[in-house]
Amino acid sequence: MTEPVSALAVSVEINGEQVELEVPARRLLVHFLRDDLGLTGTHVGCDTGNCGACTVHLNGEPVKSCMLLAVQVDGARLTTVEGLASNGELTALQKSFREHHALQCGYCTPGMLMSATALLERNPRPTEDEVRYALQGNICRCTGYVNIVEAVVAAGGSTP
Amino acid sequence: MLLREVEYARPTTVAEAVTLLGAHEGARALAGGQTLVNVMKARAAAPDVLVDLADLDELRTIGFSSDGLLEIGAMVTYAQLAGSSEVEVARPILAEVAGTIADVQVRHRGTVGGNVCVADPTNHLPPLLVALDATFTIRGRDGERSVAADAFFLGVYMTAVGEGELLTKVSVPPSSDTGDGFSGLTVGKHGTYVANAAATIANGGVRIVLGCVDAVPVRATAMEERLAGSDFAEEAVKAAAEGLGASLDPPSDAHGSGDFRRHLAEVSAVRAVLQAASRRKGSQ
Repeated sequence: MTEPVSALAVSVEINGEQVELEVPARRLLVHFLRDDLGLTGTHVGCDTGNCGACTVHLNGEPVKSCMLLAVQVDGARLTTVEGLASNGELTALQKSFREHHALQCGYCTPGMLMSATALLERNPRPTEDEVRYALQGNICRCTGYVNIVEAVVAAGGSTP
Repeated sequence: MLLREVEYARPTTVAEAVTLLGAHEGARALAGGQTLVNVMKARAAAPDVLVDLADLDELRTIGFSSDGLLEIGAMVTYAQLAGSSEVEVARPILAEVAGTIADVQVRHRGTVGGNVCVADPTNHLPPLLVALDATFTIRGRDGERSVAADAFFLGVYMTAVGEGELLTKVSVPPSSDTGDGFSGLTVGKHGTYVANAAATIANGGVRIVLGCVDAVPVRATAMEERLAGSDFAEEAVKAAAEGLGASLDPPSDAHGSGDFRRHLAEVSAVRAVLQAASRRKGSQ
């Protein structure tokens, strides 16, 4: 019989590395990433599940890390924005964001990148409408959507 | 955000989950957490024990019962529902509506069971499942029971699922010579509903159910009766909806006054019925 616990040793693969750490049951995943592991690329925007700045990939699917407890990801595989570039080489999507000036203040960018990366993995050549549908859960408070959408459409077809 | 202290358990069988829910006062089932974690942040809910249903694989399936009902496990996500070939064949309206709930991230986590058990009056699935005449299966310490959709929703955030019980699946009759419709007004393209309506037309008549106008989904019975035997022509449907708004007492809030919701309820009901009628025609 499983007994309820107030803290759990969480074992999770993050950006290809296995991490094991005891966390209180009440710790949100986003705080586990930022405060316990120092992965501060994942941002806290609204903390109410609306803005998507905290988006990470859980077993390959985009989710909002402010609406998950760290204990829920025990045994899972996570990717954060730090896991996109490899050996200092930006992904085609990240380069496209730079080329299209797809950020203004940059606060929403990690979440935008994670949602758009998940889209391109499923649908390598999305249309503008498909990009907008996929980014519905990410809010850019600078309202810089036009360049963000252009960057994702342009990156289509050039990602693995 | 720092949550209040809470204990956590992740059982591996439904029986164990039910035992845990019954053994701890203040225990609450954690499905996708897309509502529960947020209300815990706001301290609007303060469960002492979270029973995480994530490992209960039998609640994640979509299939058919021996008598042909579409069976949707309580832990099926909106994304799963939206992409399911079984749902596409048996009752496509469910996939269509699931694909408009919130956003991609929420659809990967949010579940059918969570959506109905939270029983927020603005949620998508309660009015739709009442229109589809769904049946809810609830497991408790003493076994399983079935509750009809008309009797499942009891109040704001209240359902027939009692303490120590767990919703395990929702069963929906497959469409045969039926047409389904869903319409309403949202805040933003796929945001919260201000008012909505679901309609199902079958040989036996039409079921019309309104959301966001009361604590629970409301059957528009007078409109249903007026449309018995109707050809569902636009003028007839509009005439049948007359007075529907006046029969309601919807709440007023930042998204709309009670009067506006009365108006929206009529418009949504007409659109849902017309959509159901055109789809029924299309499938014949």
